[in-house]
Amino acid sequence: MSEDKKTKSEPLFSKKNRKLITDPLTDNNPVTVQVLGICSALAITVQVEQALVMGAAVIFVLVLGNLIISLLRNLIPSRIRIIVQLVVVASLVIIVNEILKAFMPDVSEKLSVFVGLIITNCIIMGRFEAFAMGNKPWPSVLDGLGNGLGYTILLILVAIARELFGSGSILGAQVFGDSLNETGLYALGYENNNLMILPPMALIIVGIIIWIQRLKNKALIEDH
Amino acid sequence: MKFLEKIVKNMEPKFAKGGELEKWAPVYESFMTLAFTPPHTTKKGAHIRDAVDLKRTMITVVIALIPCLLFGIYNTGHWALVAESGDRTLDFWQNGGEKFIRGLVVVLPMIVVSYVVGLTVEFIFAIKNGHALHEGFLVTGLLIPLILPADIPLWMIAVATVFGVVIGKEVFGGTGMNIMNVALLTRAFLFFGYPTYMSGDKVWMAGKENTVDGFTGSTALGDLASFITDKPVFENLAMFEGTYSLWDSFMGSIPGSIGETSVIAILIGSVILVVTGVGSLRIMGSFLVGGYVMAILLNLIGGNPYLELPPEFHLVLGGFAFGAVFMATDPVTAAQTETGKLIYGFFGGLLAIMIRVLNPAYPEGVMLAILFMNVMAPIIDHYVIQANIKRRLKRLKTA
Repeated sequence: MSEDKKTKSEPLFSKKNRKLITDPLTDNNPVTVQVLGICSALAITVQVEQALVMGAAVIFVLVLGNLIISLLRNLIPSRIRIIVQLVVVASLVIIVNEILKAFMPDVSEKLSVFVGLIITNCIIMGRFEAFAMGNKPWPSVLDGLGNGLGYTILLILVAIARELFGSGSILGAQVFGDSLNETGLYALGYENNNLMILPPMALIIVGIIIWIQRLKNKALIEDH
Repeated sequence: MKFLEKIVKNMEPKFAKGGELEKWAPVYESFMTLAFTPPHTTKKGAHIRDAVDLKRTMITVVIALIPCLLFGIYNTGHWALVAESGDRTLDFWQNGGEKFIRGLVVVLPMIVVSYVVGLTVEFIFAIKNGHALHEGFLVTGLLIPLILPADIPLWMIAVATVFGVVIGKEVFGGTGMNIMNVALLTRAFLFFGYPTYMSGDKVWMAGKENTVDGFTGSTALGDLASFITDKPVFENLAMFEGTYSLWDSFMGSIPGSIGETSVIAILIGSVILVVTGVGSLRIMGSFLVGGYVMAILLNLIGGNPYLELPPEFHLVLGGFAFGAVFMATDPVTAAQTETGKLIYGFFGGLLAIMIRVLNPAYPEGVMLAILFMNVMAPIIDHYVIQANIKRRLKRLKTA
């Protein structure tokens, strides 16, 4: 009876649980607020397609990883918890990598080592340590989903800017016209910006997004 | 002048606190202080206010840039005519008036675009943040066209200027807070963003659509860099020196970015800067020494004609002199300590020649070298100050 009451007072998508998903999308975004996972954001945001696949891979690893760690949380001796966490991420990443190689060989080739490097993505280990180790499975899954989505949204934003101005296309579709045959905007003298394709520009775009976000929400501005 | 002052003074209440145009106060303030001596006085304590404020410092630099600008306009016109006729041996001093007008038609729009776009960005930030307009862009706006090739599309200048002013300066807090030289950052944006418009042999002469077939308008540095490739433009150094004599390179009648070619004009500017105390002779001098030392070192290594180029050529070709005088000396981004300035300048020159000669992907290294040293300047200052503290502590202990 008492247990029944408890589950009733905590529905699957209670306000608290919903916050676990929505918070990482905006005010607690893993990339723009916690500034984690920047390295991959620089490397795989040249095209939107890569960003989408990378985002999906990270969501997959983060949700399942959080679930597994949360289920095991009372069994893991705290002294070797990092190793256990690493084993879990590594196994999940290998699964993702094999799936990509089997079903999306071109994208897998473009993403190259960066799928493998999900293992070292600070967001994943951070969520394991900070959330899954101390929370029940369901909230952990939501937390993983929220942070994964927050990461993906940022990747897509950066990738849209970079692909649009760097290659003049979105998801491979030419937006400004054909640059080789000089149609559309290119006929007027427009040129793609090469700098957009280089990694430093990703860092600058992330910086601009952080800037805009903090202009809108002054509470995020750090004290000096 | 009295009449003008009256009009301006009559407008003042409108811009004062509570006035109807309060929001536009920065705009009023900036134009008023540009024309008249600012009315600021120190209200408390014994402070001396120097009559030379930031605005007047900046104007001095602008004046120092005028010889480069005038020569650049003429040179642009000259090479536009050369490209049209395909005759590289065209006499430099003939048809002076026509050349100057041809150059003016090309250069003036570049200056206008750079100023209008840059000042608009500055005004937006000044009004939004409610502070007075900073004067830094007076110089930057003129520097930007001077370090660009003549044939660059105007919209690229506009985009790059917005990038340079916002990312290079405003995000750090405006004039005086920037880490890197704004004009050079603008150029770097163009260099990496639109490489086909910033290097190669088609961009240095205005109006390439008029160019005669088969005419290549490469710069001296571009030709030199081809020594490393399979198809060098010249067979040996003597032939190179036949085309680009030391005197021509010194005087500036060679293709290149608009303001950078004439070392004579740059020297006039440097004298103005040094005499008025605006530019640091230490930085200019050590920059030249650094470049010269590197060139000698490369001579000693030898192996290909580019490495064996006489050191004095390195000092007069490309943007080396312009960078040393107008870019490296930027008081905000250079090292602040006196010893630091020597180190900063020396390594700036050293790196500039090293990148120029040893990396064929970058035909000119001055821009990258100065930007790199801008980033290093605070570290240099830090260690200079620490060394000074240590030395003085030692003295204290022995006493």
